[in-house]
Amino acid sequence: MAANPMTQFEVYRIGPEIKIGTFDISFTNASLFMIVSSLAILLIFNLGSKRKSIIPNKIQLIAELSYSFVAKMISDTAGSKAKPYFAFIFSLFMFVLFCNMFGMIPYTFTVTSHIIVTFMLAAFIFIGVTIIGFIKHGLGYLKLFVPSGVPMVLLPLIVVIEIISYLSRPISLSVRLFANMMAGHTMMKVFGGFVISLGIVGGWLPLSFSVALTGLEILVAFLQAYVFAILTCIYLNDALNLHH
Amino acid sequence: MIKKILFQSIFFNFFFLKEVFAAENGGMPQLDPEFWISQIFWLTITFGFLYLVLSKFILPKISSNLELRKSQIQENIEAAEKQREGCEAKLKEYEEIIFKSKLEAKNIFKNAREKVIKDINSKKEILDKQIDDEINDAEKEIETLKNVAAEKINKIAIETSSDILRKLIGTEINNSSISAIVDDLTKKNKDKYYGS
Repeated sequence: MAANPMTQFEVYRIGPEIKIGTFDISFTNASLFMIVSSLAILLIFNLGSKRKSIIPNKIQLIAELSYSFVAKMISDTAGSKAKPYFAFIFSLFMFVLFCNMFGMIPYTFTVTSHIIVTFMLAAFIFIGVTIIGFIKHGLGYLKLFVPSGVPMVLLPLIVVIEIISYLSRPISLSVRLFANMMAGHTMMKVFGGFVISLGIVGGWLPLSFSVALTGLEILVAFLQAYVFAILTCIYLNDALNLHH
Repeated sequence: MIKKILFQSIFFNFFFLKEVFAAENGGMPQLDPEFWISQIFWLTITFGFLYLVLSKFILPKISSNLELRKSQIQENIEAAEKQREGCEAKLKEYEEIIFKSKLEAKNIFKNAREKVIKDINSKKEILDKQIDDEINDAEKEIETLKNVAAEKINKIAIETSSDILRKLIGTEINNSSISAIVDDLTKKNKDKYYGS
């Protein structure tokens, strides 16, 4: 085994060290792939929205299908009240999806395999959703922790559980994406390493595994972006339409 | 043999992997906080930029284009609906016209038929009359012929009998005596021959 499967997740500086005060904000490979993903999204959707033809061409079709896909997802889970947040959820879904997909290209860096990135996104969503909830319902938003139809005896326990589950949302959201990405890429690296070490004789088995894993990982990349977006929609739904 | 090599190498590889992991004390680079601030900073910038551009410039365009297409389709559907209604009205009109003309045709046919029947009847009457007249004439003629025929037969009978008698006997016999006999026979057999 030549390389540690974890080296692919290492962040390193590209260019000089930049510091603001004591904070190191140097441009790294992670930053590079964030920018690449963003620019790719902007490029595709800019091209897709340029021509306003009734019968769309291919790139326009991609843009419009993604638009209606996300729009449908939001309206299905969070209802029509979530319309003002469409742009945010759309960018979120596209950003995560493109970061995941760019990570599938060999020798690239997977932005979303870093807990700090996914946690920042999840924390932003968590704080934003909580603020929206309190703005929409005032203190009535706290009713979220008190499910209706629960016997009084169980209520203290249920409230505690609800609060814990609510507070653990950003953690579960971020860890789900990060762990999926990291595990998948580590697996692929490990099997890739097996191919090299087993050589021409025994390398075929891990190679076929690697091929299958690549397909699986592409699926996971899409699925995790979808899950991330749809969970955001569900949290938003809790904040907008207080069901409990 | 190959199988053995394979299993051995997988086995050794796991060992090797373990060693590598053990040797590398850092573990996951994700948990190294060295570049956390940098990642947060760049994430904010790139995602913020992405969000701004998408929400301000690109998504409204896609949305308006989708709306445009929707309204265009709606318009087309409405136009098609209108045309369909027009078609239906036209079809009804045509059916009415066809119905009317059928009625008219029936009337014309009926009239013509009546006329023809009338014509035929009048002609038939004339013909009947003619036929009756002719039959009457013929009957009259037959009647006269009948009367004439009796006399003629008598004459012929007289002549033939005088001829036969002359040939049989060889001498002339007076015609008047023969005719007396014939008349007598005729009168006797009149009912037999011309029984009505």
